[in-house]
Amino acid sequence: MAVTAPRVAPAPALDVERVRRDFPILERSVNGRPLVYLDSAASSQRPLPVLRAVEQYETHTHANVHRGVHALSQAATEAYEGARERVRRFINAHSTREIIFVRGTTEGVNLVAQSYARPRFGPGDEILISGLEHHANIVPWQMVRDQTGCTLKVAPINRRGEVELDSFLSMLSPRTRMVAIAHVSNALGTILPVKRMIDAAHAHGAVVLVDGAQAIPHSTVDMRTLGCDFYAFSGHKVYGPTGIGVLYGREELLAAMPPWQGGGDMILTVSFEKTTYNELPWKFEAGTPNISGAIGLAAAMDYVESLGLEAIAAHEHRLLEHASRELERIPGIEIIGTAHHKAAVLSFTMEGVHPHDLGTILDAEGVAVRTGHHCAMPVMTFFNIPATARASFACYNTEADVASLVAGLGKAREVFS
Amino acid sequence: MDLKELYRDVILDHNRRPRNFGRIEPADTHAEGHNPLCGDRLTVWLRLKDGRIDDIRFEGKGCAISTASASLMTEAVKGKDKATVQSLYGRIHSLLTQQDAVPDASLGKLAALSGVREFPVRVKCASLCWHTLNAALERGAATVSTE
Ligand SMILES: Cc1ncc(COP(=O)(O)O)c(C=O)c1O
Repeated sequence: MAVTAPRVAPAPALDVERVRRDFPILERSVNGRPLVYLDSAASSQRPLPVLRAVEQYETHTHANVHRGVHALSQAATEAYEGARERVRRFINAHSTREIIFVRGTTEGVNLVAQSYARPRFGPGDEILISGLEHHANIVPWQMVRDQTGCTLKVAPINRRGEVELDSFLSMLSPRTRMVAIAHVSNALGTILPVKRMIDAAHAHGAVVLVDGAQAIPHSTVDMRTLGCDFYAFSGHKVYGPTGIGVLYGREELLAAMPPWQGGGDMILTVSFEKTTYNELPWKFEAGTPNISGAIGLAAAMDYVESLGLEAIAAHEHRLLEHASRELERIPGIEIIGTAHHKAAVLSFTMEGVHPHDLGTILDAEGVAVRTGHHCAMPVMTFFNIPATARASFACYNTEADVASLVAGLGKAREVFS
Repeated sequence: MDLKELYRDVILDHNRRPRNFGRIEPADTHAEGHNPLCGDRLTVWLRLKDGRIDDIRFEGKGCAISTASASLMTEAVKGKDKATVQSLYGRIHSLLTQQDAVPDASLGKLAALSGVREFPVRVKCASLCWHTLNAALERGAATVSTE
């Protein structure tokens, strides 16, 4: 998958067997069967270098950051701020002042909604999202709408699960203050043409937030090329720990925004009369942060780059195409989300078998897929289905995993025959 | 983990051909239930006579466990009064959640649900219809959630 411009050089192939040895969890069994993990879009597994970086920090370095002159506090601060620089390089931001550590994508979107949009927007202003958003990129904007009286508009999707670009473009106007769109849909796998959408939104003076939760593990994401104003993602979907994520924001915008939460670390001086806020990025990081999470995330980024994002993307794309072909051959299977450009997500339904039952039957075979609405209920409503089963792929998945999925689906057909 | 314990023939049969499926119009009371985890929704319609369930139907879209459980329930509660329904639900609940519960003979076909307890995430699928029936009996018309 090429989320940004396609690269010229062919990607070197991924040595998947070697990659798999980096993920100890893949050796375990589930319900007496070897684990087949096809739920990385919900959360990916962590490789040894990430587990070790966290353990190393917790065992030898931990102390609070930014607060002590003692050796451990200095070392912890260095590691934490080093992680921030690692993230900056990973997404090619201009400065570490633009990298805010948050709990995850959800917190990143809420920060922008409450600190950027809420104080500025009012009746007559419009926020534009798309019809395939995750609840994390819908609900925070509904809250802003209710708090400010602005309008929330939704660009429709088509039967393939693509955002209707013409409709999207025609919904932009000088009233559009904020465009908030996914880079890749978690429910359908659709890759959105975000660069075009960002440029068009900017031409109307709107600010753009991209929900990058599903894009960051599968592609090179470059803030300078993309040119968005905000970009949010979660560590746990890119082989890092839970409870850590990143909000990238253009410095100029972040500098003009009021802090979101108050407390320690985000201040310079406090008296009962007046408080001076800290500089970026700490202004937005009230309280003791998730230090080991940030360190684990940095290690995950090292790991991903050591494999090569292009190699990972090419590998996943081959698997996605292979799995799509295999599933299309099974009678009664319908693939939901057939966009021309898709990332490593395969959503489907099976006639006569509810996705929830599919999930249970596959689980009994050791195959982990996600079933349900994938926190995208409007997408389910659009396709007039209550839920789908979703297999998603990561660097450690193989054609054997796809074969296990296909065998499991055969088993489901047998049970419900 | 034995799938055959969960998907017994009775369950599969009631999923394929749910009994008492549809609406009652006009109904004396009805309630809607929703299981946000899997998106299951169902509505239970009741006609009451002398404090007993004279007629019951249900409607909705759900997994095999939730559909079969609702279908089995409608057969079991017809003609029963509220107290009997509640005691039946108590026994079903134990059957669904307690590892050592032995289905007593009075449960009849409902005993087929005992396999669900090996699959804790599915217990809510099987109990949704009972919550909904209870709500219909309690409040006339209301929305009830398993969460
Ligand atoms: C597209 C998308 N946006 C947002 C989120 C929310 O991420 P998190 O729960 O890590 O905050 C997810 C994760 O499920 C996602 O896939």
